[in-house]
Amino acid sequence: MMTKWMLGAGLAALVLSPLAIAELSDQEVQKIIKRDFKAKGQAKMDRLDQDVVQQVCTQAHDKPPADVAKALESDQLTAIPFPSGSLMGNWKNGGKIAWSGKGMQWNEDPKKGAGGGCYNCHEIAPQRTSFGTIGPSLRAFGKKRGSGPDMQKYVYGKIYNAKAYNLCSNMPRFGTTGTLTEQQIKDLVAYVLDPSAPNNK
Amino acid sequence: MRASGCSALLIAAFALVAAPVAAQAAKATKYQKMVTEESPAELFELVGEDLWKKKQGPKKASLEKCDLGKGPGVLKGAYAALPRYFKDVDQVMDAETRMLHCMMTLQGRSKKEALKRPFGNANKPSEMEYLTAYVAGQSRGYKVNPGTRHPMEKFSYALGEKLFFARTGLYDFSCASCHGEEGKRIRASELPVLSNPAVARPVMATWPAYRVSNSQMKTMQWRINNCYRQMRTPQPVWGSEVVNAVHMYMMVTGKGAVYAGPGTKR
Repeated sequence: MMTKWMLGAGLAALVLSPLAIAELSDQEVQKIIKRDFKAKGQAKMDRLDQDVVQQVCTQAHDKPPADVAKALESDQLTAIPFPSGSLMGNWKNGGKIAWSGKGMQWNEDPKKGAGGGCYNCHEIAPQRTSFGTIGPSLRAFGKKRGSGPDMQKYVYGKIYNAKAYNLCSNMPRFGTTGTLTEQQIKDLVAYVLDPSAPNNK
Repeated sequence: MRASGCSALLIAAFALVAAPVAAQAAKATKYQKMVTEESPAELFELVGEDLWKKKQGPKKASLEKCDLGKGPGVLKGAYAALPRYFKDVDQVMDAETRMLHCMMTLQGRSKKEALKRPFGNANKPSEMEYLTAYVAGQSRGYKVNPGTRHPMEKFSYALGEKLFFARTGLYDFSCASCHGEEGKRIRASELPVLSNPAVARPVMATWPAYRVSNSQMKTMQWRINNCYRQMRTPQPVWGSEVVNAVHMYMMVTGKGAVYAGPGTKR
């Protein structure tokens, strides 16, 4: 039973705390988001539907419990449709895709396709000096890690769905979301791994 | 780019102000001096002041009686104390949202007309950008001190904090995906960690801001809208609870800074 003293202490805490507020649930936040955003151009409202990965990472501030992360990563990995045969495309095309940050925004023509925006976050070839640092450097990645079938599969999978390897990765799921095509991802694999690509010279 | 932006500003300035010839000539000299010697942000403030005092709308009224939270017509320190709760509309509003309210109530303008073009460009800045620059400039020297006491202000902050960390959109980003770690860059741009008060203070003390790279005055409504565009979400509604909550979260995080805007950015 709540005593007068407890009630008083509770009220005091409420008044003294600069921003005391009843806990706002993620579901309530989602309702408000859906009310306050409007579809525009190719950016339809379904983009606001959080899937289980977004839900878990939101709730955990990107630090999910290890067992939960492992189980969900495994689900994401199983859903990647790995093409058969070589995954190494054309590194020259890959360079263009890696540099372009365009695509999928409400003001852009969906017919024009998308780039990967890789340089927004990664260092890759030495010729490109304007690169971000949110992701790790991929400089000489193929030279250091090899470019065999297993490595090709890893890089392809990572670009297709980064959440299959690190659940709350900052990296978008370029294949899962339909942002990049199978061929574009293969070209990026070559840009990162091909021994003749500038990145590995 | 910068020069063309400034000349467009000059033309806009003259088109907007119906002043006697002599006064206009004096003003022209003043504008000219500012274009060459001073920050373009100040030019926006001057045009904004004229727009603030200009009689407009069906009611042929100016915005001079607009209550931005300090009482009708009181501008000193008002911007730095926003967003805040307004009893007359039972809502939390930032400066831009409140000015829209004043355009509708004092000037009798429709929401549709007043919001026809909230975001301008280098050749033609928007009315809201000019006004925001003017109103913000009246807070220089005042401490950033948004509303934190009313339950709806607390709610706005809590919602903003949740939104800051909510993974959403086609690319799974939250605000923290780019603004979450010290010293990281997107291409060549260092992005401030806006959940950190020490980082948020100088940032929030200098918005709105003139961006030299594209010759435009940018407001917080624009900034948040454009972040969500890059996050590949649908478009957040201008002045909505969501946008104002993100603004509130950042202003509260930057609380205590001495306001020094409108700023000038790269």
